[in-house]
Amino acid sequence: MIEVPLHEVAHGRAGDKGNRLNISVIPYKPEAWPLLAEQLTEARVLEVFRHRGATAVRRYEMPRINAFNFVIDDVLEGGVNTALNLDGHGKTMSFRLLALPVRVDRTMLADASPWAEDTSPGDVAQAQKT
Amino acid sequence: MTSKRFLIGNAAGFSGDRVDAALPVVRTLISRGLPSALFFEVLGERTVALAQMARNADADKGFEPMLDRLLAPVLGLCLEHGIPIIGNFGGANPQGAARRIAALAKELGLRPVKVGIVEGDDVRGLPLETYPVFEADAGIDTHGGDIIAANAYLDAQPIVAALRGGADVVVTGRTGDPSLALAPLIWHFGWSAEDWDKLAVGAVAGHLLECGAQLAGGVFFDPGYKDIPDPANIGFPIAEVEADGGLVVTKADDTGGRVSVASVTEQLLYEVHDPSRYVTPDVTVDMTAITLEEIAPDRVRVDGIAGQPRPEDLKVTISHDGGWLGEGEVSVAGPNCRARAMAMADALRERLRIRQLAVRSRIDLIGMGAVHDNDAGDLTRAHAGPEPVEVRVRIAAAGPHQEDVDQAAREALAMLCCGPAGTGGARWHTTRRVATRSCLVPRRDVPAQARFLEEQA
Repeated sequence: MIEVPLHEVAHGRAGDKGNRLNISVIPYKPEAWPLLAEQLTEARVLEVFRHRGATAVRRYEMPRINAFNFVIDDVLEGGVNTALNLDGHGKTMSFRLLALPVRVDRTMLADASPWAEDTSPGDVAQAQKT
Repeated sequence: MTSKRFLIGNAAGFSGDRVDAALPVVRTLISRGLPSALFFEVLGERTVALAQMARNADADKGFEPMLDRLLAPVLGLCLEHGIPIIGNFGGANPQGAARRIAALAKELGLRPVKVGIVEGDDVRGLPLETYPVFEADAGIDTHGGDIIAANAYLDAQPIVAALRGGADVVVTGRTGDPSLALAPLIWHFGWSAEDWDKLAVGAVAGHLLECGAQLAGGVFFDPGYKDIPDPANIGFPIAEVEADGGLVVTKADDTGGRVSVASVTEQLLYEVHDPSRYVTPDVTVDMTAITLEEIAPDRVRVDGIAGQPRPEDLKVTISHDGGWLGEGEVSVAGPNCRARAMAMADALRERLRIRQLAVRSRIDLIGMGAVHDNDAGDLTRAHAGPEPVEVRVRIAAAGPHQEDVDQAAREALAMLCCGPAGTGGARWHTTRRVATRSCLVPRRDVPAQARFLEEQA
């Protein structure tokens, strides 16, 4: 097992409705889905967005399309029409979630991930720092 | 004769989309030799309100400003090949857009164009305060600003009526986005308004297509991880729909981008909350049994779509005057720029305190933490990364008075002479804001209809 940013394991997209944001998380390798189901809990995802005032996270599981859908309440500082943030829609927020560290088997990494090859322990330490 | 297969092409996903997207889509529709329709989706949540303000200032405006650029390259081809065009480019003035389209056809030397106009989405006359607030908007404060616009998300039926009446082009204001694609399917196949599973297929087709390039690699490519060919020329999407509800999504021929299971999965869940209840004005979609399969390059089959009855109520978005937003930006770069940027941020906060402007404000250090941060700047303060190469300092201020908001934004400009060493590149501007909130209104209170642009002399 190796600890890497979620970005090395999955991709996703953010979309807004009012003050609510949804972020899909889609593992590159379907074998990663059960491990992500264990680790990407609603409580843990809420912590990622707590500084933005998020009040609740609901996770919808979509195993047939190898995906999760996270719905995050009150995270957009009032929504696109009220927020002072440059990204009032929260479209960049998928990549905040994709920075979250997860522990997975090396075989579950995206083919492009620099950690997908068998690397030295030094590289793994680097991965953990990211 | 009713073909068992119908193609829907999309040529715009928002107001501001690439204006040269339509031609490859239309060429592809023609080359397939099947009946087809083309739709443009250009109306975001706030766009109708901005259009209403434009119309208030000039009665001939208030529809999609890029209308000519969007339509001119394909209007003649679509007329020639019997491809109806459907678009919500009417904004706050569908009649104005319809007139402009008729005039455009004349200018281009085309045959007279029959333009259908969908009306009834403007519900400013209803007692809006008496309807229940849409759940996701319960926490939104509109600060009691005057109502600028109030528009119901209409269903597909008025568009269907216009198509049945022989419209070459159908202009709408606010309509459910997926309804723009569902309507020509109902028209072509004669689907019943209660055939929920089939309507759900059309709604999913519309949902997948309504953001244009987003199905084929837009908001998707991530170099090394998710590469796509030719991102400068991403193909806009096309849905192939069977009479029995089969659905394959693809894109325009001879374009960049890529339609894959990965890109379709991202777009399927885009702006979706509970996937078992994706609500549109025409049908409630259950996505939970959907499966995706890449049956050929750039061709993904979507199976397992199920429908439930449509909601009783229509969603109405109410746009209020939201005051003003001012933004000012200025850069620092090179050695010690992080410290200089932070010192400038502190000085800006102090300036706002001294000047006692009636604004709510925020300072961003772009390059150290901005879009993911909160108004207090907590992430940026905790930034432990390497010294940045350069930082752009941004002030954003919102408030009810244009003068105060403008003065706050100009504090960034003043840093050109009053700021830290090596400060440059100031920009500032002030814009009107619109605050939106939605409520649910019974359908019987929203009598929508289609009519045709009267023949012009």
